[in-house]
Amino acid sequence: MTAYDEQRLAELIKALPPAPQAWVEAAQELPLARERLDDIVARAEADLAFRDALIADLEATLELEGYEPGAISLDELRRRLES
Amino acid sequence: MQLASLPDAQLVARCRGGDEDAWRELVARFSRYVFAICSQAFRLRAEDSEEVFQEVFARTYQHLARLRDDEAIRPWIGQLTRRLCIDHIRSSSREEIVDPDTLPGGVDEAMTTLDDAFAVREAMAELTENCREILDRFFARDESYQTIGAALEIPSGTIASRISRCLARLREIFEGRNPAPGPSS
Repeated sequence: MTAYDEQRLAELIKALPPAPQAWVEAAQELPLARERLDDIVARAEADLAFRDALIADLEATLELEGYEPGAISLDELRRRLES
Repeated sequence: MQLASLPDAQLVARCRGGDEDAWRELVARFSRYVFAICSQAFRLRAEDSEEVFQEVFARTYQHLARLRDDEAIRPWIGQLTRRLCIDHIRSSSREEIVDPDTLPGGVDEAMTTLDDAFAVREAMAELTENCREILDRFFARDESYQTIGAALEIPSGTIASRISRCLARLREIFEGRNPAPGPSS
């Protein structure tokens, strides 16, 4: 890399504005979201009635069971329940 | 050592060990880079950028255990983002999405600029917190002197001279980290 003057450094600082905070927070919550998903899948494997209820109406069942649907990737959960 | 000052390889190792704070730091460290590739190099619309952004970090998390070189996490994330942007464009039938081959200056040039920008950002870590904040707020966040002065509790009339001093200091740090090639013998 060549040396840069102050103007070029300023341009390069400008080139990396912050990502929207909500996007960053969602990505930071990934491990927790994954853990929640694993818990639900494990419970569904152990409890067939729960699994059937999830397949019949995923969002309503999650809400009824006290899970926050917005904190879980519903598409991924559907995929894992179907596999 | 604070997480923010951990080298990439050590941060990756901590993430792999299940350290959630390390993962948060990893996302924070690379979020601007991923965002800029989506929105500047590929000029994706906001909703498309968000989709790629989340997918990049989901795949990074999934692949942590299989990374071949922890030190190379930044180029790995860069290539992953690039590939996912291209996949996204190809899988979309929307005409208004830009074809990467027709971007002015090209994606490769934009990626090179963003790699340089990331190196500058790393050099900024060696500045004082005050300098780092001033430069980031003025250039990256596009804040006014007045806003910066109020946030940092410094007279707004001194911001311009502080920016100038901080940029000069950043140049010293940056040149120390990236010495210009000397004359060939």
